[in-house]
Amino acid sequence: MSVDAATAAPALAVQGISKSFGERRAVHDVSFEVARGELLAIIGPNGAGKTTLLSILAEIQKADAGSVAQPAGATARIGWVPQQTAIYGKLTVEQNLRLFAKLEKVADADATVERMLDQTGLRERAGDELGRLSGGNRQRVNIAVGLLADPPVLLLDEPSGALDPRQRERLWGFITALTDRGTAVIFATHDIAEAERHAGRVLVLADGELLFNGTASELKTIAGADEEHDLEQAFVGFLRDRGH
Amino acid sequence: MLVKDLQILRRSKLLVGLLVVYPVAIALLIGFALSSGPEKPRLAFLNQIPATQTQINFGGERIDVEAYTDELFDAVDRIEVQNRAQLLEKVRTGEALAGLIIPADFVQKLSSGGFNSAMVEVVYNGDALKQNFVESTVESKLALADAALARQINQLASGYIKVITTGGEIDALGQSFKLLGLVESKRLLDETLEDAPRDIRRKLEPLQRFANLGVANIGRFNDVLNTVENPVQVEETVLSGRRTPLDTFAVALAVAVSLMFVCVLLASGLLALEREENTFSRLARGLVPGGRLLAGKVLLAGGCAFLVTLAMLLGISAFVPLDYGRVALWVLAIAASAIAFATLGVAIGSLAREVRAASLLALMLALPLAFLALVPSGGVSPLLYDVIRVISALFPFKPALDAIDHAINDAPASLPVALAHLAALTLVFGAAARWGLRRFATA
Repeated sequence: MSVDAATAAPALAVQGISKSFGERRAVHDVSFEVARGELLAIIGPNGAGKTTLLSILAEIQKADAGSVAQPAGATARIGWVPQQTAIYGKLTVEQNLRLFAKLEKVADADATVERMLDQTGLRERAGDELGRLSGGNRQRVNIAVGLLADPPVLLLDEPSGALDPRQRERLWGFITALTDRGTAVIFATHDIAEAERHAGRVLVLADGELLFNGTASELKTIAGADEEHDLEQAFVGFLRDRGH
Repeated sequence: MLVKDLQILRRSKLLVGLLVVYPVAIALLIGFALSSGPEKPRLAFLNQIPATQTQINFGGERIDVEAYTDELFDAVDRIEVQNRAQLLEKVRTGEALAGLIIPADFVQKLSSGGFNSAMVEVVYNGDALKQNFVESTVESKLALADAALARQINQLASGYIKVITTGGEIDALGQSFKLLGLVESKRLLDETLEDAPRDIRRKLEPLQRFANLGVANIGRFNDVLNTVENPVQVEETVLSGRRTPLDTFAVALAVAVSLMFVCVLLASGLLALEREENTFSRLARGLVPGGRLLAGKVLLAGGCAFLVTLAMLLGISAFVPLDYGRVALWVLAIAASAIAFATLGVAIGSLAREVRAASLLALMLALPLAFLALVPSGGVSPLLYDVIRVISALFPFKPALDAIDHAINDAPASLPVALAHLAALTLVFGAAARWGLRRFATA
């Protein structure tokens, strides 16, 4: 984390978010904050409510209760990168970026597209159809689209799920560069090792409830894991102890 | 593997149900649409012949008029009416496929005027498809009735010819006459001329030749009589004042079907593509309001289909003469229909997660709609026809066909009514598509 999260004003404040689908409670009374330049991981088993929580933060779904607040005067929208690439396979990289830049009403769409082509390292593939790119490159364009409006907060849902180790490494380099520039990044994953390696803080979500909010080493301590255990073992023990 | 497939099918009740029900439903609809209708077509029947005039008089001989009407009654499912107004109403509402009127002077004209002077009137409502079906059915039944009457007339006339040929008694003007007959006359003439003086024989030779010729050609009299097959003429009345020829109706049908398929498939596919590419989740964040997204798809699909069908219509006009003076109405009807079909398409697209599913759904819906709209009234039971009419009214194909048929052929269907119907359906399916989008945005 390049920006001191402890002293910076929160880029996003989430208070008492709840969401149910019929009888099923997807998210229940979740509250947390994220600072500028912070990289926050939301971890939890499948069906924990991670995607639902992110989609509420991204304004795709409305919460039944609670609020999501950005600092006063913030005008840029929260950036959103869904789990599956959400770009047009029959358009080129550049056409996709230009289209979404216009839809996001970016002030200088041409300059923004040029900047994103440089940032993603895809300038040479700018004229290629998305469908012809590798999964890693498609994901980079997917993230680039989420960044077009230069959002203060970027939400990533399972960003590295379909990538091989080399592609994952390049992706995390890209995301780290974003946080270095002050963008707060919240990502959901069930890859515990990835959360431990990259995130400054983790939230543990299970059955819609926020069970933990702190650093990976704090989670290990609470779970009673010694140095021989990794975070994944600590996480499983932590959930088991709490009946999940 | 077989057991595995059966287990999977057993657990896919909806799919199996659809696989069974859909082909059966389509087969039934095709049957309704293309069959020649019931054995006995439902005809409104008005018999205006006075009760006292039930016999046709031919030179003193009488033929019962029931020889004619019975043949018709056996051939049709009769709806008795009391007057012409009732008959026209039955035909206009579709309760009867057509109306058949035997006028009051039928017996009198047939008795006094001879062949081809008597007429029956058949009333159609001007629907090209229905009229084509009814016309062939009614004409065949009338031909049967005509043939029955002609047989009786032939028998009567043959009797006269036989008496004239071989001799016998004949009743005329209330009196009975005994005729010698052509054969006997010839024999007597031949005998007489054998012993007659030369000058008398020379004078009577033309008469002898005539008698020989007559006897030699007796068989041809019956041949001539047998050619008299249609003693009664049929007068057609079309309620709307004119009818749409079947070939130009086929043009309207082809345009409506093409327009529907292009619009529905394209619009549903375009919307489903947003879901398939996962881009809908981005757009749903307020980048593109739902209404604008739907309107864009409707306009694109409708615009493409409009151009395709207009080009198709212009191409067809090279082979089937169409009235270019009505081009403005073509444009209006096709445009309104395209918008309604495309709106139905986006409503379908809003229910599907991928293009293939949307296309399949669109095809499964569009195909039976086209067949339903072609089922003629009277072709099925009145209750079933009412059900079909309601279903057809809930989707744009029937009003689109009416509008296009009117625009191209000046068909009797009211264009403003069809356009208003299309506009209402556009609003309904637009609302359904909005609901579908909202449902999936939050799913």
